[in-house]
Amino acid sequence: MKKTSLFSLTSVLAALTASPLVAQDAVGIDEKVNQVFAQATGPFVSLIFAPFPGTSFPWIVMWLVVAATIFTLYFGFVQFRFFKHAIQLVKGDYSDPNDAGEVSHFQALATALSGTVGLGNIAGVAVAVGIGGPGATFWMILAGLLGMASKFTECTLGVKYRNEYEDGTVSGGPMYYISKGFNELGLPGGKILAVVFSVFCILGALGGGNMFQANQAHAQISGIVGDYPGWITGIVFAAVVFAVIVGGIKSIANVTEKVVPFMGILYVGAALIILIVNYDQIGWAFGQIFAGAFTGLGVAGGMVGALIQGFKRAAFSNEAGVGSAAIAHSAVKTKEPITEGFVSLLEPLIDTVVICTMTALVIVISQQLIIDPTTGNYMLNEAGNAIATVDGNSGVALTSAAFASGISWFPYVLAIAVVLFAFSTMISWSYYGLKAWTYLFGESKTSELVFKVIFCIFIVIGAAASLGPVIDFSDAAIFAMAVVNIFCLYFLMKLVKKELASYASRLESGEIKKFTH
Amino acid sequence: MTVKIVVGLDGTETGERALNFAKDMASRIDACELIVIYVIEWSPFTFQTAEENAQRHKRREEEIALATSRIVEPAVTALRDAGFTARGIVRHGDVAETLDKLTVENGGSQIIVGRASADGFAKRVFGSSTQNLVMHASVPVTVVG
Repeated sequence: MKKTSLFSLTSVLAALTASPLVAQDAVGIDEKVNQVFAQATGPFVSLIFAPFPGTSFPWIVMWLVVAATIFTLYFGFVQFRFFKHAIQLVKGDYSDPNDAGEVSHFQALATALSGTVGLGNIAGVAVAVGIGGPGATFWMILAGLLGMASKFTECTLGVKYRNEYEDGTVSGGPMYYISKGFNELGLPGGKILAVVFSVFCILGALGGGNMFQANQAHAQISGIVGDYPGWITGIVFAAVVFAVIVGGIKSIANVTEKVVPFMGILYVGAALIILIVNYDQIGWAFGQIFAGAFTGLGVAGGMVGALIQGFKRAAFSNEAGVGSAAIAHSAVKTKEPITEGFVSLLEPLIDTVVICTMTALVIVISQQLIIDPTTGNYMLNEAGNAIATVDGNSGVALTSAAFASGISWFPYVLAIAVVLFAFSTMISWSYYGLKAWTYLFGESKTSELVFKVIFCIFIVIGAAASLGPVIDFSDAAIFAMAVVNIFCLYFLMKLVKKELASYASRLESGEIKKFTH
Repeated sequence: MTVKIVVGLDGTETGERALNFAKDMASRIDACELIVIYVIEWSPFTFQTAEENAQRHKRREEEIALATSRIVEPAVTALRDAGFTARGIVRHGDVAETLDKLTVENGGSQIIVGRASADGFAKRVFGSSTQNLVMHASVPVTVVG
């Protein structure tokens, strides 16, 4: 029965794409969606990415980096001091055997990572390097290292102020720590800020957590099977996501959750193989990254252009300061909320410093970006807004071409990886968005269903729209979350500092000790 | 001194036979306590969705309640009714490792388990819990067929 329906679906899709009349209409639908979407989101995008007067530097990028730097300094470089301890926590050295069966630190980290590791690491890096040049990688790594402190702050609060219900389930995230934390400090406006955050979180879930994923998954699939209308991919994706989040078909989600980590390992493995084969060029690639970081090597906007792209894509990829990870991490069972903060600081490290850097190195080494032999600088494309590439590729297609230059069949693996990553990120973000939605509208079945249906509709829009407006809206929505979240973290960080001081002294005195396993 | 014998149950018929063998042993010892243990297979290193994580605590409580009421409690009650000193423990974890650890923690001098219940491919690749227990246990293990 299942086979028959799948067959008929494929034949319908084939018939749709085969008919020139329908195909023309379909492209028309894509264009229309794109136009309406770009118009509707334009003002919001402009506000979030407004540059400082007289410069081209968006204030939001500064906002994230300044916050990450402040948290790094305020907590005395917590990401380096407690790095070893974070690894020990993930290994379970400090887990009470009596709590076996609860969510472990490893599981919370893996779940949060499956929401962040994905297209940001594959397509996002290609966008950053394609526009900002290799130098963007340097700023991306720096943003990743600093972002570890932001993540630490928000995830500690996420666990500390989560809601634990009588039936044993939990709900946590910025909306809870903002309202409860402000209340505890006697500050006004917590509830309003929590509501504003929730609104942005819903937009972020629909944007970066949904439309961007659908869009790039479509780009990848059509790159292999040939061009066809985006809304078809959208409908297929929406149907599968609908089956999981509304139909409760856990088996699909379970399979994805198990396959995605292996895809991640496969991706990093392939990148490593390409780097090992071209080991003689690694030094040159790092040279390009450093030189580009401070000179721009001819990219649009020069050094600042590289910096903006690096910081932007790092934040989009690891979501440090955005608040989404706090929702994912809040389910862990621990008597010490700060332990989850330590564990979460590994996330930007794995996501940005390791995986993103590998992608960037592969792109640089594969020489997909065209260098002007006379100046040694990168050549710009016709529009003058990005580096010219060998086949005019951008986004995920650029990463795909870069990997193909080392391993010819890898684009097929990458296509599967992209689809799975996109899918797992969508499932994660549907949960983040849902938590924000239920915070606003209550935890009733009807209200949950309304959000889930909206979420699925946006998958179709995301797949049909063209990359530019989707990326702009996705970035804007995710960064809007960071505006509220970071503003509140400044007030709440002293609560984390108190926890940190208490935990550090108890760890020092031996009161907190390892369990022998 | 009371001799403590651990009986590892897995909810199958072979567990029942292990229990009978333990009773036979205990009846030959003056002061003997039988500790009935059921380990719910679980690993802290699996991958779960955010939603599964949010419901994990609730599921864990349900799993423990189910294992206690269906497997451990009936066994302990039957042993007590037959005049033995007995108590039960339910814990999540790797079956072989947890059974051994709990035995050591509770001062058990030996473990009695039913023979392997896993079949086919998985058993060939990973070995059964019983095999793992026999290979790594800190105290003597009796496997009842």
